[in-house]
Amino acid sequence: METAFIIETIIKILVVLGLFSALAGFATYVERKVLAFMQRRLGPMHVGPYGILQVLADGIKLFTKEDFIPQGAVRPIFMIAPVITAATAFIAMAAIPMFPEFTIGSYTVRPIISDMNVGLLFVLGVMGIGLYGPLLAGMASGNKWSLLGAARTAIQFLSYEVVTGLSVLAPVMIVGSLSLIDFNNYQAGGVGNWLVWKQPIAFILFLIAGFAETNRTPFDLLEHEAEVISGYATEYSGMRWGLFFIGEYANMFTIGFLASLIFLGGFNDLWFIPGAIAILLKVFFFIFLFIWARASWPHVRPDQLMWLCWKVLMPIAVVNVVITGIVMMFF
Amino acid sequence: MSGLEQFQDRNVSQNYYRVKIEPYPKTPWEKFKRVIKRSLKPDLLIGLKITLLEMLRFNIHTIQYPKEKLPVSPRFRGIHRLLRLLESGNERCIGCGLCEKICISNCIRIDTRPDENGRKIPTEYTINFGRCIFCGYCAEVCPELAIVHGQEYEYASEQRAQFAMKEDMLTPLDKLKEQKEYPGFGAPTPAADKLIKKTPLAY
Repeated sequence: METAFIIETIIKILVVLGLFSALAGFATYVERKVLAFMQRRLGPMHVGPYGILQVLADGIKLFTKEDFIPQGAVRPIFMIAPVITAATAFIAMAAIPMFPEFTIGSYTVRPIISDMNVGLLFVLGVMGIGLYGPLLAGMASGNKWSLLGAARTAIQFLSYEVVTGLSVLAPVMIVGSLSLIDFNNYQAGGVGNWLVWKQPIAFILFLIAGFAETNRTPFDLLEHEAEVISGYATEYSGMRWGLFFIGEYANMFTIGFLASLIFLGGFNDLWFIPGAIAILLKVFFFIFLFIWARASWPHVRPDQLMWLCWKVLMPIAVVNVVITGIVMMFF
Repeated sequence: MSGLEQFQDRNVSQNYYRVKIEPYPKTPWEKFKRVIKRSLKPDLLIGLKITLLEMLRFNIHTIQYPKEKLPVSPRFRGIHRLLRLLESGNERCIGCGLCEKICISNCIRIDTRPDENGRKIPTEYTINFGRCIFCGYCAEVCPELAIVHGQEYEYASEQRAQFAMKEDMLTPLDKLKEQKEYPGFGAPTPAADKLIKKTPLAY
């Protein structure tokens, strides 16, 4: 039994790693296409039918590029920093239940690598550690823009960790558990049971903080081209840069899964749609939302970002938690 | 004149309107009110709506360049062409050498000889496109509308200076029917006949 468990876990890890690396690549294609359509362009069209092999071409380019390390950089830290970003993004997925249970023959597969009782805390914690990737990369690069990007990383990620934590605190209070499977089971039984109806403010706060945590456009200050060239990734090229990219897109999927599981009913069956497809639809809606917002909204200034976090979002989150507690105590 | 109207229409200012800019807030309370007003107004959602509608409308403006090409303005000054007379098929060039003289980058070279009728005809007519700046003076000065600018704009080549020989530019005899009168730079205006004043012969 023990051997079977180890083999099963290893297979799950490989599937998650391979699938989400491929999905991250595919998400870049989807992003370029959707952005292009929203700006009345066509996007990549030349490699393969409708440019669908562009991902492959980009991958070949990234893999075969020279692994360049600048002279002024701190070599070991410079080399290890992208790995931290990609690794934490994938480690965070360990505690996320992707699909409902299914059986192969007589063997029940639970599509979660590790069902720990502090799943949500683990995911948020590991995503928080992801801060070290850009921070160390920027500080080790020996470049002004990288240093500025690293400083922005530190303030942005640390600040919005607070909002993320406080915004999911209210749902955690209602459900009474940190396991994401418990969250999912709490919302079983139709759209009316979704937590988003009980905690709409927490949902919006979590989404806003998710945009900041994944470094997406309204809050893409870490690598905003017009201000800090490419931020912490200025000196990176080739596959090391690609690892940052994969980490960012894997984080997008993590936030999408988290938002679907905590607020939008997770992998429960939705009307006639089976649960596995329902959660995929929800996650892809969030991915689309990330791209959609990127096409629509300008990004904010760093001071506006901090103002938004500490003077608007955090007080609202605290008030939300307090009101939730009062309501739970008296009703 | 067909096709020229859209290039000549410069009257684009009819639909201008002034953007209303509200006075900037001075006190913190006014600033706070502005924040609330901006947060609760559905501006962000309107932005999302516009981009989504554009995507669903799928009104794509991309020109996929090597496969699709935009029409070129008639006044575009591309690679030169030497034209022939439409009826007889003789070369229009009379070898006067004005283009050679006016060329400010000295890239036109003509050799001429008198033919059996005593007319001067060019034996060689070359343009060094490594030097040509496509100013259009040669087409403007040509009294016979013989050297004109074509519509060709893809002239990247392996050689730094690609010489164009007479036979490259001259309309081939079998394509004489397809040769169109040049409407562009240096060509007579449509009302040229009316504008001509008779030269008094007796002084």
